[in-house]
Amino acid sequence: MPERRPPELDIDRLIADRRTRIIVCCGSGGVGKTTAAAAIGLRAAERGRHVVVLTVDPARRLAQSMGLTSLDNTPRLVQEATSAPREPQEGNAADSAGSLHAMMLDMKRTFDEIVEAHADPDRAAQILANPFYQSLSSSFAGTQEYMAMEKLGQLRRADEWDLIVVDTPPSRSALDFLDAPQRLGRFLDGRLLRLLTTPAKVGGRAYLRVLNAGFGVVTGVLTKILGTQVLRDVQTFVTALDTMFGGFRERAEYTYQLLRAPGTAFLVVAVPEDDALREASYFVERLDQERMPLAGLLLNRVQQLPAAHLSAARSLAAAEVLQAAGPDGSAAGPDGSAAGSDGLAASDDRHAASNDEPESAARLLAMAALRLHADRMEQAAAQRRAAEHFTAAHPQVPVAQIPAQAEDIHDLDGLRRLGQAFGTGHRPGATKP
Amino acid sequence: MATRDTDWDGVRLHVVTGKGGTGKTTVAGALALALAADGRKVLLMEVEGRQGIAQLFDVPPLPYAERRIAVGPGTESRPGGEVFALVADPESALIEYLEMFYSLRYAGTALAKIGVMDFATTIAPGLRDVLLTGKAAEAVRRKDSKRGRTYDAVVMDAPPTGRIGRFLNVASEVSELARVGPIRGHADTVQKVIRSPGTVVHFVTTLEEMPVQETLDGIAELRTLGGIRPGAIIVNMTRPVALAPGQLRAAADGELDQAQLALGLKSAGLDDSAGLAAALATELCDQARTALGQEAQQQRLDTADRPCYHLPWINGGMDLAGLYRLASLLREQKAA
Repeated sequence: MPERRPPELDIDRLIADRRTRIIVCCGSGGVGKTTAAAAIGLRAAERGRHVVVLTVDPARRLAQSMGLTSLDNTPRLVQEATSAPREPQEGNAADSAGSLHAMMLDMKRTFDEIVEAHADPDRAAQILANPFYQSLSSSFAGTQEYMAMEKLGQLRRADEWDLIVVDTPPSRSALDFLDAPQRLGRFLDGRLLRLLTTPAKVGGRAYLRVLNAGFGVVTGVLTKILGTQVLRDVQTFVTALDTMFGGFRERAEYTYQLLRAPGTAFLVVAVPEDDALREASYFVERLDQERMPLAGLLLNRVQQLPAAHLSAARSLAAAEVLQAAGPDGSAAGPDGSAAGSDGLAASDDRHAASNDEPESAARLLAMAALRLHADRMEQAAAQRRAAEHFTAAHPQVPVAQIPAQAEDIHDLDGLRRLGQAFGTGHRPGATKP
Repeated sequence: MATRDTDWDGVRLHVVTGKGGTGKTTVAGALALALAADGRKVLLMEVEGRQGIAQLFDVPPLPYAERRIAVGPGTESRPGGEVFALVADPESALIEYLEMFYSLRYAGTALAKIGVMDFATTIAPGLRDVLLTGKAAEAVRRKDSKRGRTYDAVVMDAPPTGRIGRFLNVASEVSELARVGPIRGHADTVQKVIRSPGTVVHFVTTLEEMPVQETLDGIAELRTLGGIRPGAIIVNMTRPVALAPGQLRAAADGELDQAQLALGLKSAGLDDSAGLAAALATELCDQARTALGQEAQQQRLDTADRPCYHLPWINGGMDLAGLYRLASLLREQKAA
């Protein structure tokens, strides 16, 4: 069966297109969203865009490399990125120098600011001090997502940057980030809160008439769960928030429209493994339902091997030839090195360094290389299968591949190399031409 | 009923946390299987509503009810044990709580329909967490007439490392509720279980910077909470290293003897041994760099002074066979 090849996602073209104003990187946890967002931001800045990267939870050293030392909610200029030399081989020297700002989201601060913007000072102070507000603003599942989207809206309105790259929060699943803002909005704007705050009005509304009789039960149960004092606190909080309901709805709606606007591009980030790609699939389908603009799939950590023309089977067979001819003359070791998924585990005493004789040292080194290669080829094949499943289900979704990096990325050079790889990615396991 | 020494004799609640993407659910599942050897009965509990357990064990989505999902590995003398699974959500736990303490099941169910339960579990600080940890504590303490304790062990696939301290530190989290609220008594009971020597928190990580950092931060955080015990560090998805430790530095610096490698390849009968040697040397160099980075991360983990288990990457995706394999590796390393 001929292999199905997805259309190629051209990230350089996406960032070169001045109409692209927002890039949202989303995907399940642990797939490298933050690093990808930072690398895209850096590459765009070095190609003349004025970029701000909104990160949510960067690794410490990566944050430091971008000059981010605290969660301060303020975009910081990344000096080195702006002054860094442009890539000579890219001939678009017409662009003036770009710039890169980066910021880390402080979700509680962002929430506080909304409250302060929508309530008079006294009422704002009352809300901010309420224990229920504090719980909601720091630990409600979804507040982080909501505030990331709120911050995105603010950055867009500020209009100081021509490209905003957003890294979405490390959610349980990729979809949280679309659902949570609505859930929080619905929650804060819900009829239940109104019911709690304005019991007197309940009887007047036909649709709530059923609840009228039950209202005593509601407060009764809540009292049982929470206690009377707590219920009073809740009511105070809700009353104080009441003035802000309209504001919340409006803001959520604004952000939602922003995400659907033509200048927005969603990049779904995944690693070539079944779980991450399953999440990516859900996300692609969901974006489609919401008619939100999907740019494509960024497939991260793809195994690419210089010796891909040597198959896993031949590589293992060659290693066995060497083993059979080895100084100890014995067959495969106790770890069954010829078989199975971790088959390259030659035991330590057979490592190349352990032998002085040049010929057997050569043999042992070659065995190590061949077993490693076979393992990597199998991994590449598994990755290819996972990617093909995705493409079979979503043949129209463009894909860009980022080769697996040998080390964690924690400096601008690493981000720069990753950015360059966006342009050169190809399918897993293939040899570079 | 310990028939062999493990690192966690006497532990009955295993809380498993880890950064997203490190395989927390998989390790929790493998640990449950490992504990279910020798005729024991184990409850594997999920609290984040992702149906990760159902996917892992390849069964249909699980309800808020304890279902048997797997049989533990048996030995010649004793039959394998059983793994039950429970997907706990705060709303159902709250309804159950109301029924148990106030006989309010009907009202609870009706109120859930209009969103009262969602409201209560969302807005009340810590209520959500106390209900979920409460369910685990209840399962740990539950007894039935025939065999004494219902479960020999409970394994909880807990929230990720970033939230684990808050999740388990129920007493202080519900303090706002607990001034007068009736949930106080419940929280105290739960707290006794969480802070007992019978409860430990295991951290799943990979040897990458960010998960390792979160693991160390998480362990440090638990230690400040007083009485919540960090358990093991479980390094997941490891891959064997091809070269001996002494060769890694040279290989990582690109100083591997390519002529020697070519000689070896030639004696294996491979064509173009020089070209192939160059390509394979690049692969060895990449892996050596990765391995050195991982070694540094392992050293950071060692500073936490916790038992450390290693589980391999399973090629070709996780399936039941892979899960049983991880379970037996956990047993070999005395995790269960």
